[in-house]
Amino acid sequence: MAVVCTMARRELGAYFLSPIAYAVIAIYLFASGLAFGLGTFANNAEASLRYMLEFWMVLILVFVLPMLTMRLISDELRTGTIETLMTAPVSETQIVLGKFFGAFAFYLILLATLLLYPILLSMYGNLDMALLICNYIGLLFLGGLYIAAGLFFSACTKHQVIAVLASFALLALMTFASQGLAQQVDGTARAVLQQLSVRTHFMDFVQGMIDTNHVVFFLTTTAMFLFFTVKRLEMQRWK
Amino acid sequence: MVRVENLTKRYGSLLAVDNISFTVERGGVLGFLGPNGAGKTTTIRILSCYHPASGGTATVAGFDVFRQSLEVRRRVGYLPESTPLYPEMRTKEYLDFRGKLRGMSRDERISSIRRVAESCWLGSFIDRPIGQLSKGMKQRVGLADAMLHDPDLLILDEPTIGLDPTQIRETRSLIKELGDRHTVMLSSHILHEVEQTCDQTIIIASGRIVASGSPQELRDRFSEHGHIVAEVKGDRSDVEEMTRKVAGVESITLTATGSQSDSKSASQQNGWMRVAVSEKPGCDVREDLFKLASQKGWTLRELHREGASLEDFFVKVTAQQQTTRAQP
Repeated sequence: MAVVCTMARRELGAYFLSPIAYAVIAIYLFASGLAFGLGTFANNAEASLRYMLEFWMVLILVFVLPMLTMRLISDELRTGTIETLMTAPVSETQIVLGKFFGAFAFYLILLATLLLYPILLSMYGNLDMALLICNYIGLLFLGGLYIAAGLFFSACTKHQVIAVLASFALLALMTFASQGLAQQVDGTARAVLQQLSVRTHFMDFVQGMIDTNHVVFFLTTTAMFLFFTVKRLEMQRWK
Repeated sequence: MVRVENLTKRYGSLLAVDNISFTVERGGVLGFLGPNGAGKTTTIRILSCYHPASGGTATVAGFDVFRQSLEVRRRVGYLPESTPLYPEMRTKEYLDFRGKLRGMSRDERISSIRRVAESCWLGSFIDRPIGQLSKGMKQRVGLADAMLHDPDLLILDEPTIGLDPTQIRETRSLIKELGDRHTVMLSSHILHEVEQTCDQTIIIASGRIVASGSPQELRDRFSEHGHIVAEVKGDRSDVEEMTRKVAGVESITLTATGSQSDSKSASQQNGWMRVAVSEKPGCDVREDLFKLASQKGWTLRELHREGASLEDFFVKVTAQQQTTRAQP
């Protein structure tokens, strides 16, 4: 546990020492501000983040989180620091969890900046606190899944660009295309594609519902990607 | 300390390490010597638990590198060939991070960092980001990291590569010092380095051990191929004939001094000749040669033994290995 914490702190620290993190924060703030300003913050609109979270926030995260995760492991593969890391007395699981929580901590900072919008809304309307908390829980699950998937692709290649593109592709597919594809097929395939649709699972959190079905979906898919990442790192030894 | 038995490593169809066995006793410096691509780094990576072997076993301090990997990794300090470091971290931060990964307490980290900073001369750049450091400085940071937890076994893969001559000398003396308290295993393709720093040497070529022993032993094994060189002035045929008759002389070659062809005629006129004498094993003919020269009234201006260096030996054994390999 101490090792996971050490790894996570190093990763979080490394973000603030790299220009990418600041670029990511800038893109994130700009895009979320635009979504809020143009959609939610208008006369007679609903005093909630629903409009923003339904589509825009998901889209922004699909693009922003892979940029955060792309270098996590691929950079270690490229520079060779993976060798010093994997010959230290730490397990692959500790490495992967450390990197995951480091990126997740950075994501929490991004989410914290989002609090500006509910504060603005509460100044002009009646904000439903329970709904807001539910929205945030949904965002935590969504971000966790995206980070785990991005981390997996980061472990697959030493080229950051390939890692980020593969993550974009998979996340966009799972988030936006899955539902549409499900309409094209029948039977089991349809059920599977519908179940895989991240946006459908996330939507209930936006509406203010916490359904164990969705919680289980996010937890298992996140754990699955983390497991694959651990296996990928173990494979690295055999290369 | 290290016991390697029938170790084999394949990368696909490439056989990088071919059934090697050796043991390393506690204490001292072991040199792992071989041409590029001989399998040095592969063997080292197996011992440092980065790669698993394809066959055979290896133990460090009694722990198996594959089954008890974490135990081995706690006891080994490893400096990889390219000295990979995180460029954005400061030297001190990096060492602190590595100490934490190894589960060292705060006090242990503080005292250990002070200790390695002193022995690896990190003082002047301990607070600078690693990305700004020169190659030599980075090498010292990597070495400091490997020594941080006072490991039983220190494995250094080409520790002096990329350093300037002063740094190389300093690093070598540091490694020698370390050999007093730790067991050090270093790889190198520079013979001179191994000759100077190591107590034991293993020469590896094409994935096999071709020779092992102390540098002195290896040199002795090859010294029968050394020869005596004398420069004399006298009658050419006389010199040739008489020298050949000295007891213990196996063969001689006579050349006019100044091997360059343009100066040949001039030096022949001077009458100086260079006599290279091969001795029979166990003989020393220098004294007899001197006596012969003074007896005959030849002028002798040079007489010395051209010692066989480890380099000759190395070139010879690795060449042999390659030719035997070429013939299936």
